[in-house]
Amino acid sequence: MAASVVVVGAGLGGLRAAESLRAAGFEGVITVVGDEPSMPYNRPPLSKEALSAGVHAAELEFRRKPSVADVNWQLGSPVVSSHLAARTLTLADGTQLAFDGLVIASGIRPRRLPIPGPEAGRHVLRTAHDAMSVRDYLAPGRSAVIMGAGFIGCEVAATARGLGSEVHVVAIDEQPMIRPLGAELGLGMRARHLKHGVDFHLGRTVQEFLGGDQVTSVLLDDGTELPASVVVEAVGSVCNVEWLEGNGLDLTDGVLVDQGMVVDFEVPIVAVGDVARHPNSLFGNIPRRIEHWNIPTETGRRAGASLAALLRGEQPDQGPFSAMPAFWSDQYHHKIQSFGMPGIATSSQLVEGSADEACIFEYSDDTGLVGVVGVDRTAELAPYRKQLLER
Amino acid sequence: MVTITVDMDKCQHYGQCCFEADDVFALNDDGQLEYVKEADESRRADIESAADVCPMQAITVE
Ligand SMILES: Cc1cc2nc3c(=O)[nH]c(=O)nc-3n(C[C@H](O)[C@H](O)[C@H](O)COP(=O)(O)OP(=O)(O)OC[C@H]3O[C@@H](n4cnc5c(N)ncnc54)[C@H](O)[C@@H]3O)c2cc1C
Ligand code: SF4
Repeated sequence: MAASVVVVGAGLGGLRAAESLRAAGFEGVITVVGDEPSMPYNRPPLSKEALSAGVHAAELEFRRKPSVADVNWQLGSPVVSSHLAARTLTLADGTQLAFDGLVIASGIRPRRLPIPGPEAGRHVLRTAHDAMSVRDYLAPGRSAVIMGAGFIGCEVAATARGLGSEVHVVAIDEQPMIRPLGAELGLGMRARHLKHGVDFHLGRTVQEFLGGDQVTSVLLDDGTELPASVVVEAVGSVCNVEWLEGNGLDLTDGVLVDQGMVVDFEVPIVAVGDVARHPNSLFGNIPRRIEHWNIPTETGRRAGASLAALLRGEQPDQGPFSAMPAFWSDQYHHKIQSFGMPGIATSSQLVEGSADEACIFEYSDDTGLVGVVGVDRTAELAPYRKQLLER
Repeated sequence: MVTITVDMDKCQHYGQCCFEADDVFALNDDGQLEYVKEADESRRADIESAADVCPMQAITVE
């Protein structure tokens, strides 16, 4: 009988892994299990144009290659546990699934901080459903408190200002997006947000949510009280790996895989996307998770090929994994584009323009150039990207 | 023959497609995307790759 594969997670990574299994000649049954009710859809617009215009998951769906037309999509119920050595999974609705090969594509979810006060009015932004529920509160006369000044927090701030809402950003960091962009460009981005009327409370934390049944204001650690029609919490992520516990896998930060995206286990298992802690030969082969949109596609391609090989009883390609991490962000029509891993750099240097206008920054560590970021200079980044590929 | 269509209302000129098939997609000096509408069948894999990596999912390949 032909082998069967189960993919856990119906996001971009799960879709690309299924497509890649087919491209690598796997002809068995593929079942993709997803806890969201929707077919795989594009998340980046959820903090940008879709949040602004109110778009549903169906309109953001990825085009699927004809090769995956026969895939079974089992949507609406999560996998809650697994017995990997026995090759079985259990869903929340009680369904048991058996597999010969497994793809772990369950991604991440937003981190929630234990803060006292009412729960109603607190939102996160990961799914289309989240975006739709936040959007109702972004309007003139309303006040949005955004916790976290990373990319998602800053994008929501920009979108909320565009919709006319008052916006307060509370973050422990000293500059917005300081980890991926460094302090100098972070300051430059802050200037852009200030110009659009965002109120920053940096170096601050939320101490308590105030209100009756619903949050109406937010109390900071310095005693400031901010009015809140809605709170959006964008303070990092947690990996969706609970369903894998008890099998002896290394789950310290996502799922550890090798350069072929293969999990070190007696059964054929691969992991892809945000949840996969994978080595990259461009950056010293240190296994890292990278929450960038191009990673599910790059890791998915590799993982599908590896799994197809394993299921044929063959050794997967042992060559290095060397995909270039790429990230973009849109804030007030400013386009930020990043290549490489600026977040691991120890220094940053302005090479073109100035931090509060169109500019390019280089990021380095003791091994040399590790990343480049351009603001409104997309077309000029190609030579820097090339230099990174030649590392 | 591969037929390529880019929905220019969706395209944000990120240029990700250019890295997959630079003979088909390019950003011009003003940072705007330019592309050829037809390519040889032998280019299909790279062009489909370009469609996969487009953040706006603006590229259709037939
Ligand atoms: C609001 C927002 C904006 C973003 N903007 C950008 C951007 O501008 N640029 C950029 O490069 N990246 C951006 N990203 C990141 C990018 O979208 C992610 O890197 C990408 O979606 C990861 O894909 P994935 O398939 O690994 O995970 P996901 O897309 O999260 O897919 C995982 C799926 O698995 C499901 N799942 C989880 N656990 C289980 C279970 N136990 N059983 C079944 N199903 C399960 C989840 O519900 C989810 O549907 C953004 C992300 C968000 C949320
Ligand atoms: S990758 Fe997509 S959005 Fe970017 S330039 Fe190409 S078609 Fe346009």
